[in-house]
Amino acid sequence: MKTLLVAEYRDGKLLNSSYELVAFAQQLGAESAMFLVGAESVLPAYNGTLYLADVGKYGEYNPAVHKQLLLDVIAKEQPDMVVFSHSSYGWDLAPRIALALNAAQISEVVDIIDGVPVAPACNSKLRRDVKAKTEQIILTLQGGAFGLEGAPNGTPTVVPIDTDVAAQVEFCGYEEAEAGGVDLSRAEVIVSAGRGIGKPENLAIIEALAKALKGEYGASRPVVDSEWADHSRQVGTTGQTVSPKLYIACGISGAIQHLAGMKKSEFVVAINTDKDAPIGEVADVLIVADLKEFVPSLTAKIQAL
Amino acid sequence: MKILVCIKQVPDMESKFKLNSEGNWYDNSDLAWRMNEYDEYAVEQAVQLKTQVDEADLTVLSIGPDRVKEMMKKALAMGCDRGAHISDDDSFKKDPYEIASIIAAFAKDKEFDLIFTGMQSQDRGSGQVGVLVAETLGIPSITTIVDFAFAAGQITAKRELEGGIKALIKTTAPALLTCQLGLNTPRYPTLPNIMKAKKKELLSIPVAELHKVASKQETARMYFPEKRGGGLVLEGAVGNLADQLIKILKDKTGVLA
Repeated sequence: MKTLLVAEYRDGKLLNSSYELVAFAQQLGAESAMFLVGAESVLPAYNGTLYLADVGKYGEYNPAVHKQLLLDVIAKEQPDMVVFSHSSYGWDLAPRIALALNAAQISEVVDIIDGVPVAPACNSKLRRDVKAKTEQIILTLQGGAFGLEGAPNGTPTVVPIDTDVAAQVEFCGYEEAEAGGVDLSRAEVIVSAGRGIGKPENLAIIEALAKALKGEYGASRPVVDSEWADHSRQVGTTGQTVSPKLYIACGISGAIQHLAGMKKSEFVVAINTDKDAPIGEVADVLIVADLKEFVPSLTAKIQAL
Repeated sequence: MKILVCIKQVPDMESKFKLNSEGNWYDNSDLAWRMNEYDEYAVEQAVQLKTQVDEADLTVLSIGPDRVKEMMKKALAMGCDRGAHISDDDSFKKDPYEIASIIAAFAKDKEFDLIFTGMQSQDRGSGQVGVLVAETLGIPSITTIVDFAFAAGQITAKRELEGGIKALIKTTAPALLTCQLGLNTPRYPTLPNIMKAKKKELLSIPVAELHKVASKQETARMYFPEKRGGGLVLEGAVGNLADQLIKILKDKTGVLA
């Protein structure tokens, strides 16, 4: 079994998620080589062949060009699997490679059991075993699903690569997340509101509990998208990553993007009417109740302590 | 200008899911169906673009059994001009490559200037169909957009990256965009527009006319994930639950000390 790992580089840095690909190849007991559009000055700690294209020349986001660079390496290496992170870079590039190779792509793989990739379905409420019918397969791995035991180490053998294919889009730079607002990463207690609060007025219930616990209130993505809470309150992949002593998730179903932002919390309480909500997977205590009744009752009792 | 928006009908994710008798998908009966959330943003963006440019014709496409027409009527009421329903009772069995090939076969001689899709579906979640359609048609695609502008054939979009950072991308039409949550505020159809939508064209095309490729993958088995041990589930009267939780927080965390 031979794998080609597609590492990622952004804003002058190698992304740590690249080592999850190495962990995946190790778990499979597979040979590997690595592909990166990056820089000679920031090499991954990796023992193996690194096919390296110069990011200064080809850009950090340039799908048609990265595709050709990668296809050239695949033609040379003939890997059984091409492995990406299920990230904004990976899910954008992987289908382009899959179509060019006429290969099956299995997205957001969380595990491999007896050689069969496992992917989530329906907001992680279900799992599915996916069988590819093609010789070569393309995988994208869910963030955090595979991890290295120790610190990454090694020195790659760098093979420089080039292409002269034309770009289809123009990458014009990054826009940072809005600064200011609340730094949730310092809060010891976070009470977060999800879609289950139903309407913006109910955010006050969440705020009141956060205040009673001397903490901050947070929010899931749908609440921020609906403009019921400021983006600086958002917990999750595209918001803040938090690790408070206590995290109380109110009416949050537990999409993977949210879980990724809060699963390092020391103690997690979930309040949800749906006993099967995926948030239950990471909760130390799941209270099956309507938050609009339960939270005010809890707040009153805490204030009376 | 010709615009296409591709949408999928999915179960409400709050549904109580059951498995089908083959054990390879969820049971399609007794579910509440709705428009895939990401696709609502795609429809809204397409309608906004149609309003912005003068002469535009906006087609909404969906693949699935007859029930998807209800959802397509919502898209028509939101402002799409016509519907193309690719009639297929077995669409849930098709992989992303097959679905994309069907859409590309429909679109290939119609010269759409812009195609919008959701970035992924809420049930299968592969996030592949949009990019595969664009690659099959040989046009550029930009995924996961949270901002979109169009002027004189030039597209300016912002992609959402991890950590809340956005990447500014430009390209030219024809192109395909996959839409992320928060791109815009999808409108609610008004009653007059719902009435008007009833008169709009909604053509059904048998899937066999467009489906010419074989699948590359299949779901061998679907199942519920094993529950992680240790989590305590509490049910009952609200006041009693609050007392129980306070005791747990006192015992297990330093928060109420």
